[in-house]
Amino acid sequence: MILNWKLGGLALGLVFFAAVLLVKPIGVSTQFVILDGILWDAVTPEVVTQEADGAYTSSNAYLAKSGGKYAKSVANPVNYSFIFVLAMMLGAFASSFLRKGVPAGEKIMPAIWRANYGDSTAKRFILAFASGFVVLYGARLAGGCTSGHMMSGMMQTAISGYIFAAGAFAAAVPTALLMFRKEI
Amino acid sequence: MSTIILALVIGAAFGAVLDRVGATNPNYIGKMLNLTNLHLAKTILLAIGVGSVLMFGGQMAGLVDVGHMSVKSAYTGVLIGGLLLGAGWAASGYCPGTGLAAAASGRRDALVYAAGGLVGAAAYMVTYPMWKSAGIVSGKALTLGAVPGARYDALLPSVSGDLIGIVAGAVLIVTAFLLPDRITARPAPAPAEWPGARSQVSDFGLLD
Repeated sequence: MILNWKLGGLALGLVFFAAVLLVKPIGVSTQFVILDGILWDAVTPEVVTQEADGAYTSSNAYLAKSGGKYAKSVANPVNYSFIFVLAMMLGAFASSFLRKGVPAGEKIMPAIWRANYGDSTAKRFILAFASGFVVLYGARLAGGCTSGHMMSGMMQTAISGYIFAAGAFAAAVPTALLMFRKEI
Repeated sequence: MSTIILALVIGAAFGAVLDRVGATNPNYIGKMLNLTNLHLAKTILLAIGVGSVLMFGGQMAGLVDVGHMSVKSAYTGVLIGGLLLGAGWAASGYCPGTGLAAAASGRRDALVYAAGGLVGAAAYMVTYPMWKSAGIVSGKALTLGAVPGARYDALLPSVSGDLIGIVAGAVLIVTAFLLPDRITARPAPAPAEWPGARSQVSDFGLLD
């Protein structure tokens, strides 16, 4: 049972508002970069460095951009945006647990995939991995994802948010129409 | 410390609500994007509209700190990135936030998606200089109207950013109400339902 769209939309809108009222608008995709940076820095500690004046920088141009703000988050993972994403996962876990979890038949692949492409786990996982790659590459190129650009951006009447949403739906709708012809 | 507590509370609320509205379920994403069930689109439009009206209304009333706004830059890469994201979003049924939330809710394919996401983000970190030298990843952060006290320029400088924000929010809310349940034509009824089809479908929460 999911929430009726009026109740669900109101609840989600109140969360967006609470975020901007108390801290800042919601965003997620940057934290994939931060986690990559943390892992990279754990293997190669010279990736992120602190300069004499306390500022952080990185040998990676992307982590070093905008005055090293990503490098700083990599060096200090206990920051608002990173903890926010971990908490989001905890919240989703708790909500799923309370509604008795994802049904067994859905855990490996969703019904809409199975109806169109059959039962192969390998096929679904390869597609999921490739999609994750393309989505995060695209999100970083765009400077944000569905939450940061589309939801938070359009909420603030950001021109970038409208451009992003137009691009995302222009690709997503034809892709879904082509890929998921069989309904469930 | 207090910002960490806020991160925990707002983050957990966001994750829980994403799960409760069905955004962590790729069936709903797929059915929204193939235009057969727009329930989730209505939810999202209403949510953005409500957030907009409350935020700009609050800013006009002086109750919301304008400094909390965070408007991203507009540049060519936003469109190209949006197209890429859209294709992968439709194919998998996950975007970055809902993919992580779905993985946490117990979906294994979402975990694989998140792993692909980490590699994709790493690939961008390495290829960033190429996009930068192509000159398509920087631009101006613009809002529709001029928001008093905000550090952003406006596309329409003579228009009140707060008022147009409330109007834009209202338009999204009205669109949520006007949007039909589905857009594509309903297919001809199947000759016979396979045994157990109905119970299986209800397991996915699609007969709510």
